[in-house]
Amino acid sequence: MLLAGKLALFSLGMFAFGYIVMPPLYNVICDLTGLNGRTNSAAVSMPTGEGVTDRLVTVEFVSVVNSSAAWTFKPAQLTMEVVPGKTYKAFYTAVNLTGRAAVGQAVPSVAPSSAAKYFNKIECFCFTKQEFEVAASKEMPLIFFVEPDLPRSIDTITLSYTYFDTGEAPVDIDLTDS
Amino acid sequence: MSTAAAGHHDHDDHGPAKGWTRWLYTTNHKDIGTLYLLFSLVMFFIGGGMALIIRAELFQPGLQLVDPLFFNSMTTMHALVMIFGVVMPAFVGLANWMIPMMIGGPDMALPRLNNWSFWIMPFAFLLLLSTLFMEGGGPAGGWTLYAPLSLQGGDSFAFVIFSIHFMGISSVMGSINIVATIFNMRAPGMTLMQMPLFVWTWLITAYLLIAVIPVLAGAVTMLLTDRFFGTSFFNAAGGGDPVMYQHIFWFFGHPEVYILILPAFGIISSIIPTFARKPLFGYASMVYATGSIAFLSFIVWAHHMFTVGMPLAGEMFFMFATMMISVPTGVKVFNWIATMWRGSMTFETPMLFAIGFLVMFTIGGLSGLMLAITPADIQYHDTYFVVAHFHYVLVPGAIYSIMAATYYWLPKWTGNMYDEKWGKIHFWVSTVFLNVLFFPMHFVGLAGMPRRIPDYSLQFADWNAVASIGAFGFGFSQLIFVYVIFKCIKGGEKATSEVWEGADGLEWTVPSPAPYHTFEKPPAQFS
Repeated sequence: MLLAGKLALFSLGMFAFGYIVMPPLYNVICDLTGLNGRTNSAAVSMPTGEGVTDRLVTVEFVSVVNSSAAWTFKPAQLTMEVVPGKTYKAFYTAVNLTGRAAVGQAVPSVAPSSAAKYFNKIECFCFTKQEFEVAASKEMPLIFFVEPDLPRSIDTITLSYTYFDTGEAPVDIDLTDS
Repeated sequence: MSTAAAGHHDHDDHGPAKGWTRWLYTTNHKDIGTLYLLFSLVMFFIGGGMALIIRAELFQPGLQLVDPLFFNSMTTMHALVMIFGVVMPAFVGLANWMIPMMIGGPDMALPRLNNWSFWIMPFAFLLLLSTLFMEGGGPAGGWTLYAPLSLQGGDSFAFVIFSIHFMGISSVMGSINIVATIFNMRAPGMTLMQMPLFVWTWLITAYLLIAVIPVLAGAVTMLLTDRFFGTSFFNAAGGGDPVMYQHIFWFFGHPEVYILILPAFGIISSIIPTFARKPLFGYASMVYATGSIAFLSFIVWAHHMFTVGMPLAGEMFFMFATMMISVPTGVKVFNWIATMWRGSMTFETPMLFAIGFLVMFTIGGLSGLMLAITPADIQYHDTYFVVAHFHYVLVPGAIYSIMAATYYWLPKWTGNMYDEKWGKIHFWVSTVFLNVLFFPMHFVGLAGMPRRIPDYSLQFADWNAVASIGAFGFGFSQLIFVYVIFKCIKGGEKATSEVWEGADGLEWTVPSPAPYHTFEKPPAQFS
């Protein structure tokens, strides 16, 4: 049956669409539009040109530890007043309280989501995983700038990091010592 | 002697096989239709039993009867059983029985595939229900299986995923069969626009199924690999996004909603003209409205997710697209009312269920329109108002249409008239208890009672007690349905081949009960 064969092929195609096409498509759309508060996940280069000095934007720093993971994860500063176009450095501190050597990963999100594509990270601890020895504490840097053409209607940007325990065993830490 | 014996032998070859293996090996569309319908009836009581456990726990505030995890797996399983085990198989069963007879074809186009698509179902549900007895219990994260919650249960989750895969394979095979049947098996000369609306709505439903069930299979496969094979589709720590699950799920889920109601529209469009003794008003507009609903169902999925934090433009788009669906649906409701207008109406049981459908489905449609309003939805989201809404469109919607269809075609299937008095009692008792059950859910929902919670604050107590009384009344009144069906199979007043005075369609030209094989010679009236 030609028709039945075509329909079966179509259903396989829809499975492929759901399983193979949709996740990358979703990521592309989120990266392009900044929907979902998605910010850049790889470093961007330094801003060129002068900052816009006639306005200040408030950047708020928020931290969340995912589920019941035994970590503390806090920003060193709660807010910063920034000039769009200039680069700034901020810090977050994470402490591994899990009682074992562990690997952590921070996932950023920006609110409002319409500001996400104007918020650029030049260097961020969220680009990589961090390895921690038992009870180790790390101060982790973040260098960012807000693009000068951020719409005037936005005067506060909230940057939120959720810290995850990836559950992996650290590679670079010699576990026999700990 | 030889000719008589040969003739007799011939006749035997065309009847059903003897013994219970008849049902195992059958490729006859009527046998398979019966199997689907009986399976659906059994699952209706299993899913209903789960609903009664939920309502018994919610009869009063506090935790009385079951522990919260089991309560959660009851809400999850109730939905999975009712959607995939009751409404969908019942519609497929009706399609099996009626579509070949309605289009004047001898059988389904792919009879062996048909056998297979039914016999997968009992095993799929055995897998699903068996998880309740496994360590860690059944799935308890809601039927939508949202990640990451659904990934935090026991290892029995793999069984749930595989059972959904099996149900999906069954549905897709059934749908391919239905499309192939409609395109290849119509009586010579019957054009698409001469097909009964039940056939039309099923054709469109089958396409919806073929398009979206594989997407669900993809979504649950991602859950499976996230849970057991270390992928991170929905795990933010690994670069995934849990919100993406909701997008993929509802890209399946919203067309699924119409899969559960379009065949019902077809059934109601068959029944109302019969008992109004007038042809259906606006046949062509009914076909186009069904097509429009099917198209729109693909572009409204995010109205299930207004609270995940979408940009304003997205919320506006999904709000207006959703509201637009009420236009073709309104066309349908208008046409049904116009069909009844100045008709010579009588109110046999199928017509009572059809009118009950019309009134109460519209109530559910109206609360759906309220939920479509984004700013209002943020208040209603995940409350009992949503529960009231989708139960109004599914119980007096889909389920009532299936009951209407059962009463309407039962004389054709069995050759006997059902007991009209008990049929009417079944309708009235069900309708009263159904409203006692679901209407108060609007009130507690608007007052803020969250869904899927085994306990609640005291101010919701009175209406919950009322709803629980309605639930038990509605549940037990379905025993009347079983009694009427059983009695009708056993015997009763013999039905004529027309059965109903105003009935129109090829299925009423064959004797009652319909012979094992019908339309081996195609009907001539279309050529």
